[in-house]
Amino acid sequence: MSNWDRFLDAFFNARVMAKYLPDIAHGTLVTIELAALVIVSGLAAGLALALLRSLGFRLVNLLIIFVVDLFRALPPLVVIVFIYFGLPAVELSPSGFVSTWLSLALVLMAFSEEIFWAGITSIARGQWEAARSTGLSYGQTLIHVVLPQAIRLTIPPLTNRTIAITKGTALGTVVAVSEILGMASSAVSNSYNPSPLTLGAIAYLILFLPMVTVGRWLETRMTWRR
Amino acid sequence: MLQTFFNVDIVSQAWRIILAGLGNTVLLSAIVVPLGLAGGLALSLLAGVRKPWVRWPLMAWVDFFRAFPPLVLLIFLYAGLPFVGLELGGFACVCIAFFLNNGAYYGEILRAGIESVPEGQTEAARSTGLGRLQTMLYVVLPQAVRNVLPDLLSNTLEVVKLTSLGSVVAMPELLFQARQAQSLTYNPTPIVVAALVYFVMLWPLVRLLSRLENRALARR
Repeated sequence: MSNWDRFLDAFFNARVMAKYLPDIAHGTLVTIELAALVIVSGLAAGLALALLRSLGFRLVNLLIIFVVDLFRALPPLVVIVFIYFGLPAVELSPSGFVSTWLSLALVLMAFSEEIFWAGITSIARGQWEAARSTGLSYGQTLIHVVLPQAIRLTIPPLTNRTIAITKGTALGTVVAVSEILGMASSAVSNSYNPSPLTLGAIAYLILFLPMVTVGRWLETRMTWRR
Repeated sequence: MLQTFFNVDIVSQAWRIILAGLGNTVLLSAIVVPLGLAGGLALSLLAGVRKPWVRWPLMAWVDFFRAFPPLVLLIFLYAGLPFVGLELGGFACVCIAFFLNNGAYYGEILRAGIESVPEGQTEAARSTGLGRLQTMLYVVLPQAVRNVLPDLLSNTLEVVKLTSLGSVVAMPELLFQARQAQSLTYNPTPIVVAALVYFVMLWPLVRLLSRLENRALARR
């Protein structure tokens, strides 16, 4: 067998690929499910924290800043490992799926709070004052005046950060989540052929390449030139 | 609770193992950060070539590696390549994966930085007799780096955190060592200690970044 044939047989083995395609497809669904949960809960929690912070309770704000800093400084894999291998010591045994979801959602919460907060504070004070003086309440000012402008500013950095953290769903494989990488890895050891990894790689590209492209487009489209 | 998650006996047993891990994490970061920066610099300089046959493949390359989870890349190198007779070992795999992944990220950041320097700067520099390379090195790059410094720092933070992936391919870095200590002592304290070490090490950078980012957004 020539080197080229050997390469094709290893990474593009049609028989192995056909056999494990259903597994990888199933893994893709798990990845999508995990990613959707992470994005929705992470962003919602981040926005909620940013809004809470805008109320200006000193003690609460210090706590928020600490939590945000903590999850920006800790590697997501460390958080996952702690939740999955550490919590059972106190009789809590979250599954790999829940551990990964929780960890990534916390990390996304921290990063998105920071971005939402920067967006809110970037809206000039005069806008608040003007809106309030026309008779809008605090909540109305926030929803109709501040947030529409703040969110526009925050969309490009938020998109890029969300993509980066969502890619972390692959970390789930370390705690036995049957997502794409986990399925591909076990298929490799079952078939003794790395073609399932190629399939997995393709699945990731199909999922994330459109997101990266949209992120790139948003970045050029929505940033205001300085 | 304290007995379980911050057991002093366990800490006194495990601190040597964890310290060794910290040393390796620092060492690994000191290798992969410059490696990624070098790759990124090369990509961002190539992006200055305005030929379509350079631009499009370059953009595809960058987007490809930005779409690929770094762990998938790492596993591909570590578990896939041995099947074609290429056994690289954990360390080499981490270096290659980080070079490809972070090169793409650093490249995008530096490209944006270079594009943020007005064309007039290049023209002025060239008209004083500086060569193209000199113009890039002494005039454009310093301003470009300054303009995107928050992004560069933020990506560097991510890279240092990402070295924890090395644990998956048995690199004895901080997380791996903590996991070892945990399985030796049947107690999660080592993981808490490792998390604490990461936090103490990276917190100043996080603080600095959040100030820089707030300022950058407020200025728009």
